[in-house]
Amino acid sequence: MPAKGAVLSQALVELDALPLGGSGAVLVDGVVRVLGGKRVLDGVELHVPAHGRVGIVGRSGAGKSTLLSLVAGLDEPDSGTISVGGASVGRERLARCALMPQRDCLLPWRTALDNAGLALENRGLSRREARLRAAPLFARFGLAGAELLRPVKLSGGMRQRVAFVRTLLAGKPVLLLDEPFGALDAITRAELQEWLLAALAAEPRTVLLVTHDVEEALLLCERVVVLAEGRVTAAFEVDIARDAPRREVVTSAAFIQLRERALEAIG
Amino acid sequence: MKRWSAPLALLATAVGAWELAVRAADVPDYLFPAPSAVASSLGGDAGLLWQATLVTLREIVLGYLLAVAVALALAVALHFSAALRQALLPILVLSQTVPTVLLAPILAIVLGYGIAPKLVVVAVVCFFPIVVNAVDGLRSAEPELLRMMRTLHGGRVDTFRRVELPGALPTIFSGMRIAATYAAVGAVFGEWAGSSAGLGFLILQAQPALDTPRIFAAVLVLSALALALYALVTLAERLIVPWQSEARTHA
Repeated sequence: MPAKGAVLSQALVELDALPLGGSGAVLVDGVVRVLGGKRVLDGVELHVPAHGRVGIVGRSGAGKSTLLSLVAGLDEPDSGTISVGGASVGRERLARCALMPQRDCLLPWRTALDNAGLALENRGLSRREARLRAAPLFARFGLAGAELLRPVKLSGGMRQRVAFVRTLLAGKPVLLLDEPFGALDAITRAELQEWLLAALAAEPRTVLLVTHDVEEALLLCERVVVLAEGRVTAAFEVDIARDAPRREVVTSAAFIQLRERALEAIG
Repeated sequence: MKRWSAPLALLATAVGAWELAVRAADVPDYLFPAPSAVASSLGGDAGLLWQATLVTLREIVLGYLLAVAVALALAVALHFSAALRQALLPILVLSQTVPTVLLAPILAIVLGYGIAPKLVVVAVVCFFPIVVNAVDGLRSAEPELLRMMRTLHGGRVDTFRRVELPGALPTIFSGMRIAATYAAVGAVFGEWAGSSAGLGFLILQAQPALDTPRIFAAVLVLSALALALYALVTLAERLIVPWQSEARTHA
């Protein structure tokens, strides 16, 4: 049996047929956003290299989701600049980013397969063509057999997988994941974290992951920043071996030390 | 079937009590007919009632379809144009203070005594709940869903077709169900304003003749028509919005 990563990259070859919107480096410079009289973001600096993975952790209300909206081009900063793949105009940022929201946001009237192909249909493909492109990913992403089920019949973990495949099929270089596993139980969550790592190893994308789970951020990202009171107050390079089993990784001294330092930084 | 047993039992008891009360007090048929008298009128006047039913059914169905078409088209226009919504929605709500059935005599003057004024009365009566529910339903899509659509190459029309419209269908259907119960009343008022056929016309004719059982029989048929239309709309909803009932059984 071939390695998980190899199987996934085979599956994702089809995605290369869809043009990606340039390279995916994200640069956030001095961004301020005032919402309802409050400076939700107050001079955020952040750099994510193309195909880099950065985790943003912080308490609720620290402005994490606001930052994702701004990067995605769904919102504009009051001051400062954001560029995605070299483009700083909102419309162009939007063209380069795909958002995976907190809840899976699957459409209840569409089957899992048709949910996954949503972005393809939006780009003008027929439903048949969208299905043909989405179907191979289902088999290789642990979703075989779920193609024709409506979301109500899927487990929470399956729903998130479908949501992620949908985000991938948007064919964008930057993935913005907003608490993607926040609603899942601990076991499913751990399972999906490993699954996501394998998927991203096969198909590298620039990833901004918002979470309040420090462990999740450290496991999935190369770099973790702490957002507090509208600024990046700390940053950690996550220099740990990821090929080891999850249990070994999370119990290693290096991991535990990183986690403690990050938790301390969040305060 | 089980959930129908209690209301059916209650209804049967009420009809039985009605029959007994009328017989015991010896109320004449023209004042208040017993259920048995209404039943015999249903049987005896079957041919007459059938002819009238066909006329009224046509008015109800065509008028209802007219209402659905116009209301949905207008709802979509209101959904896409904020300016139109701001200008027209308050007027629409205000227009509901006009007792619409009273437009029937005016319509009869303008449109004559054919089927046209009846269709318009039925449509006017049914129009409002459909348009209001449709506008509400279309606007109720979750903001998070709309944001996500934008990052998935979703343009305005894509979002309407794939998110807003399917999401609004349950709300649209509840508006259509409410409207279905109004349609029969609209048709009767239309006929009262000037007609020579239909169940409303039959009632109008039976009244001076003091043929109260026949009036009751006509009312019964009208209720059955309204119920049938309601059932038909509910059935259509089950077929068009299957995920709704699926979600209920999984809840």
